[in-house]
Amino acid sequence: MNSTAADDQFYREYILDHYKNPRNFGRLENPDISHEEDNPLCGDVIGMDFRVKDGVIEDIKFHGRGCAISQASASLLTERLKGLPLEEAKKIGKADVLGELGIDISPARIKCALLSLKVLKVGAYGLAASEGEEE
Amino acid sequence: MMAGRAQGAPKISLDVATIRKDFPIFETGIAYLDSANTSQRPRQVTGAMMEYFEKYNSNIHRAAYRIAEEATERYEATREKVRDFINAASTKEIIYTRGTTEAINLVAYSWGRKHVKQGDLIVLTVLEHHSNIVPWQILAAEKGATIEYVDIDERGELRQDQFRELLARSPRLVAFGQVSNALGTINPAMEMVAAAKAAGATVLVDGAQGAPHQGVDVRALGCDFYAFSGHKMLGPTGAGILFGRRELLESMDPFMSGGDMIKTVRLEGTTYHDLPWKFEAGTQAIAEVIGLGAAVDYLSELGMAAVRSHERELTEYAYEALSEIEGLTVYGPPPSRRAGVISFSLEGIHPHDLATIADRDQVCLRAGHHCAMPLMTRLGVAATARASFYVYTQKDEVDRLVGSIKEAQRIFK
Repeated sequence: MNSTAADDQFYREYILDHYKNPRNFGRLENPDISHEEDNPLCGDVIGMDFRVKDGVIEDIKFHGRGCAISQASASLLTERLKGLPLEEAKKIGKADVLGELGIDISPARIKCALLSLKVLKVGAYGLAASEGEEE
Repeated sequence: MMAGRAQGAPKISLDVATIRKDFPIFETGIAYLDSANTSQRPRQVTGAMMEYFEKYNSNIHRAAYRIAEEATERYEATREKVRDFINAASTKEIIYTRGTTEAINLVAYSWGRKHVKQGDLIVLTVLEHHSNIVPWQILAAEKGATIEYVDIDERGELRQDQFRELLARSPRLVAFGQVSNALGTINPAMEMVAAAKAAGATVLVDGAQGAPHQGVDVRALGCDFYAFSGHKMLGPTGAGILFGRRELLESMDPFMSGGDMIKTVRLEGTTYHDLPWKFEAGTQAIAEVIGLGAAVDYLSELGMAAVRSHERELTEYAYEALSEIEGLTVYGPPPSRRAGVISFSLEGIHPHDLATIADRDQVCLRAGHHCAMPLMTRLGVAATARASFYVYTQKDEVDRLVGSIKEAQRIFK
């Protein structure tokens, strides 16, 4: 195929790495917060378990299934969240998540990339699902 | 001009290279494998619509001037083309809708609200598109009716034994697709309609994937309602058809009301227009209906037997090519029993990732649940990739898909 370079750029090595070897994958026993969201359009599911102590995300694990973008994005997000004070985590937004992925996401795939952020917003912050979606 | 059939003798295959010249979009270099979603449109269709806009743009059924007469004439001419295409008895049985979804909603609303009662049984199948599920769920909830779904076997074909068991419970309505949009399964529609009618049910056949690819003879089929969309059969979006048996349509109240569907309106009450206009309220999609007429002409010229034969050959080719790929699972029946639709999954690669990689190669591939979430649940998958074909699809496009799949496997290895 003549567009190998473009494909490789989209599916960068570290995205594929996070997809195949997701960080913080699994479940926590007795988490302080546990929340799951799905994207029915493509069947992607992401759930996150948080252990919070003294306002700090002491431990975090995610589970789910889906495309490389949604899974890698979740893996990257958990790396960032682990050890972060909740107040700091609250500041994480759409631009941060997309920036971390570092690739040009088409409008059709943006929901894949932001599914894990939605789990964070709705679950950890107790925001209404609709507000998370707007984000 | 028109491709595919030599004068006099009917040809069994299509001259795809000539057909493709009627579709300017292929000059962009895309491999278009999403015709079950929406088809491409030939110049003959867009040309007929442009002619309306540029030469006789006006409203129908109202004005007395010449161009309005021409608009009315061309708009109504589509009705006769469609009647002939599906072999209905009368143009009174041909109702214009925006598409299959609206056609089914019309039946659920106008027929269903009158005839479906508490405790009634509605029989659907697990293969159905959401548009042949949700309107019935809403109706059933409102009326206190029950819905049962015919399951599929391991080949993705409807379990006829279970269907017969459900018919023994005397359903009020049976509704099913002629062809599954997600798996391509060609259902034994003739036998199913006959059995359902014998059980006393009213029968709706969703022809969205049937009419464009194998055609239909509604009188031979014997169904009460048949719904399909123009945009999946070379026509524009926004124009579709509901066929209904005349006596049923006569007994039904309007779906939408307002202008054009009335005979007289007085402050005390209204008398409705005759069929088919009783069901066509408001200003219609005139250009789209004219475009649909041109699409029907195009398909009629090719001949539906030739269309089916071409798709079958292509499906066999694609089925074989895809089956050879390691880690690829094809869903649904063998190629001889399916339409030009192949749903599949790749081990370790999500359909959306595959579609994104294919898109880089200008290969248009559908990934998702194909508006058939109950079927996806039944298959135990969240989504599949789907390639679908039409009159203009050539083997080269299938080869390009195979190339994209191998590229995806290389990237994800």
